[in-house]
Amino acid sequence: MKDSYDVIIIGGGVIGSACARELSRYRLSIAVLEKENDLCRGASGRNSGVLHAGFNNRPGSLMAELCVEGCAGFQQVAEELSVPFRRTGKLVVGFDEEDRRQLLALIAQGKANGVPGLALVDKARMRELAPFVEGEFAMWSPSTGILDPFQLTLGLAENAAANGVRYHLSREVSAIKDRGTSYAVLTASGEAFQSRWVVNCAGIHSDRIAAILGTSCYEIHPCRGEYFVLDQRSGPLLPLPAYPVPNLRTGGLGIHLTPTIDGNVLIGPSAEYTDRREDFSSTRPVMDLLLSDGARIFPHLQGDLFIRSYAGMRPKLTGKTEGGYHDFVIERRKETPRAVNLVGIESPGLTAALPIARRVVRLIQEEEPLTPRPDFQPRRSAPPRFRDLSPEEQARLIARDPDYGEVVCRCETITKAQVLQAIRGPLGANSITGIKYRCRASMGRCQGGYCQQRLVQLLAQETGAAPEELLYSEEGSRLFFGKVREND
Amino acid sequence: MMDRTEEVTCILCPNGCAVTVSSRQDPLSGAWLPTAVSGNLCGRGEAYAKQELTAPRRTLTSSVAVDGGALPLASVRLTKAVPRERLPEIMEEIRRMRVSAPVRMGQTLAENVRGLGADLICTRNVEKKPAQD
Amino acid sequence: MTERRDVIIIGGGPGGLAAAAELKRQGVERVLVIEREQEAGGILRQCIHDGFGLTRFRKSLSGPEYAWRFLSEVRASGAELLTNAMALNIEAPEEGTGGSFTVTAASPSGLLRYRAAAVVLAMGCRERTRGALAIPGERPAGVFTAGAAQAYVNLKNLMPGREIVILGSGDVGLIMARRLTLEGARVLGVYEILPWPSGLPRNLRQCLQDYGIPLYLSHTVTEIHGRGRLNGLTVSQVDRARRPIPGTERHVPCDTLILSAGLIPENELTRKAGAAIDPRTGGPVVDQYYQTGIPGLFAAGNVLQVHDLVDYVSLEAENLARSAARFLASGLPPCPIPVEGEGVTHTVPHFISGTEDAVVSFRVKEPLRQGRAEVRQDGRAIYAKRLPRAVPAEMERLTLPSASLVSQNSIKVVISHDG
Repeated sequence: MKDSYDVIIIGGGVIGSACARELSRYRLSIAVLEKENDLCRGASGRNSGVLHAGFNNRPGSLMAELCVEGCAGFQQVAEELSVPFRRTGKLVVGFDEEDRRQLLALIAQGKANGVPGLALVDKARMRELAPFVEGEFAMWSPSTGILDPFQLTLGLAENAAANGVRYHLSREVSAIKDRGTSYAVLTASGEAFQSRWVVNCAGIHSDRIAAILGTSCYEIHPCRGEYFVLDQRSGPLLPLPAYPVPNLRTGGLGIHLTPTIDGNVLIGPSAEYTDRREDFSSTRPVMDLLLSDGARIFPHLQGDLFIRSYAGMRPKLTGKTEGGYHDFVIERRKETPRAVNLVGIESPGLTAALPIARRVVRLIQEEEPLTPRPDFQPRRSAPPRFRDLSPEEQARLIARDPDYGEVVCRCETITKAQVLQAIRGPLGANSITGIKYRCRASMGRCQGGYCQQRLVQLLAQETGAAPEELLYSEEGSRLFFGKVREND
Repeated sequence: MMDRTEEVTCILCPNGCAVTVSSRQDPLSGAWLPTAVSGNLCGRGEAYAKQELTAPRRTLTSSVAVDGGALPLASVRLTKAVPRERLPEIMEEIRRMRVSAPVRMGQTLAENVRGLGADLICTRNVEKKPAQD
Repeated sequence: MTERRDVIIIGGGPGGLAAAAELKRQGVERVLVIEREQEAGGILRQCIHDGFGLTRFRKSLSGPEYAWRFLSEVRASGAELLTNAMALNIEAPEEGTGGSFTVTAASPSGLLRYRAAAVVLAMGCRERTRGALAIPGERPAGVFTAGAAQAYVNLKNLMPGREIVILGSGDVGLIMARRLTLEGARVLGVYEILPWPSGLPRNLRQCLQDYGIPLYLSHTVTEIHGRGRLNGLTVSQVDRARRPIPGTERHVPCDTLILSAGLIPENELTRKAGAAIDPRTGGPVVDQYYQTGIPGLFAAGNVLQVHDLVDYVSLEAENLARSAARFLASGLPPCPIPVEGEGVTHTVPHFISGTEDAVVSFRVKEPLRQGRAEVRQDGRAIYAKRLPRAVPAEMERLTLPSASLVSQNSIKVVISHDG
């Protein structure tokens, strides 16, 4: 056995990272196995980045309960982990009587779930809140917010790591053997880990991991959602997320517009069931649909604002014919008493991540008492974001470290110091997109046209790798085919 | 005896004139001899078009490996155009070359390359790599 | 601490360097160029091919050599060149106060603040990306803009690919097609969505035809394939509205896609300073003296309008410099006459004085032979220039004599075929 742990968490997304962080409060040895070469490569990083209030879910469901709990408690989490977050509020926009009926039903449902402040507002009030949003009236949800899902995942993971959790990246779990008092967890790379507990946070693959553990009762139905990212010029036009009335049948929240914490606007997502679990393609018909649907509530959409598209996969427990939502599954089963399965953690999983993790802690506590660690450190600090500082603070930073005076990414004003921290951090970047998601270099309108070559140079320099060996993102994503000329 | 007409895009300047060249085949040698040139904005275009139809010439720009330089490559060019079909062998030569920093703009890296009358010169400075800290 | 200069130039590429040297020649004392790189020259540093300088120096130079000439002029002129400094902000003086601009720049030596009576925008342009083109498909490694590929090959000694498709027939893409072929890569084709090429005829000849690289007009890339590294593309023919025609899809196995599908002036600082942007050019609205809507804020080169040739960037920047020097010395004439266009993609400048001759540049919307560019005012032609052969790839210019104007009303550049 290579390594032996009390708990192995499978999956380095937001749920796995939240579980790692919450379990690291106790005297446990913990490891996270992630099949990708970085955190947050699945659904956790491919969504709208919205902290949901909790009115979309059935009263009495785990989704409703944990979402409301997560939303209410997020300010503290954001402060502890230095995750950028803003409680913007949100509008769900309606056009006709049918919409109005649905919005009133949503308000009633939200109230039953304990969501604060929901109200129907007229067009004038809607325009006060979001001057460029189109619609006849809207439901106003003051507690909704926006956050950067990668920063939340990274914050949780770095904090977990600081509290002793070991991260093993590029470890795809291929088999799990129950040895009576412990599990042997085998990876595709041929390594074997041992653990008394296994927590399955494998997202889109959680049904497979459950099956490997010995529970074949789950079936994930991958449902793809595509997005467009708009230039930051669009940011000032949209102060808060604007959604259409949800289509109950499709099991998505409808194509909406969301400002990001960094000033972009997202359009999406579509909802399309597919056979492939990791099909992150954008497709022409959906791109056209995003544009036309988005323009219905945000007529200021212009093609020249597009800077990128992306797609994510919802790990749904309901198939195409049923539609709608199944509740989160968070359970220990008789056949696998020392495994906790988290299955079907789709929206609002990001919002509910910490409450979900606390539930996992309780499930383990049902079996064995956990002793809190007196030295648990709940706080994690993030590097300063140069762009957001006052000129005086910027000047002070440069005086302290001249690397803050070297702007590497022009579009986002990201300095060399920030790029170096992204690489050198506790769970530092090992690819270009790893740097990008950590510090936003190359996230802007030129999409790395200017700075990618600088990132290549810095990543090579810091990791000691030859530039021609560097990866763009995942395994196999080599950027170059050798050198043009051989030299020393 | 035959006549033919061809259009040549002049590459000598950005005007990129579409030059029309009429030629006639010499009955004895079989060679095509230009008889009329039109469409060119300047005299160089006429000379170019005739040359292009008989024996096209091109300049070449590329990079040479630099050892110990602040940059890995020095950009280079030939000082004048050479027969187009000879470019691959000149590239072979360029690929094999290595120079040590510093390199100066205008510095000749190879004289009379492949005996074609053109020199290979450096088109930028490459300083020595600063000592590692 | 804020230091004073007379003119601050943002960007030390071909435009900024030419403007700096000319401002000094015009007798302006304190000229500062702020350049983000460690070395001035801008994009020319990576353009190692030749063909630069034919207009300006009557000599075919490579990009680095062309840049070197201007850099030498700037050094000799006494203008100040601040490298490794990124301009973060330009604050315009309050309207009508005659105050000065404040420019803030970040550099390893500190956060620098300067004040100046005039600011010259010379930031150049950036390339249109995959995201801006909204190309469907997966997001593997192996998609590069042509300029980025050029930087990797020519400056970083890194090969971006082996089996390459180029989308867009812009000049940088054509130059890279030749460069990569000479370096042993296979360029499988250049796909252009328009029914005509975007690059200059000479580059089609010497970069594509010389190497047998096919150019597919009215075609585009409709899907990108590959998880880790790109492993193929779907290409399709497009109709006149540039929509892919179903049934024409073809799969092209390759490892790299290079994008040469348009350049966009870099005007984020301009926007922040409050100057109006022309959506057609992507550059600021200017008068014939290259002055934006903010008095004392000037723009020339690719930040104003994307040029076909660097020589014209330098010439435009030198013209700008003469205007900026006049602005400082005695002020510039008002420019009340709007300039419009028909059959052209855009016209620059947007306003002329009517009291002095004005250079108007434009591009035709589609290729034409034996055409003319007519300037009309009050419904009648006041000036005409013959266009024996015009293509959208080339920028056209005409000098409108002030004497030809008949009123203070707007003028319009109209393209027509010679009847």
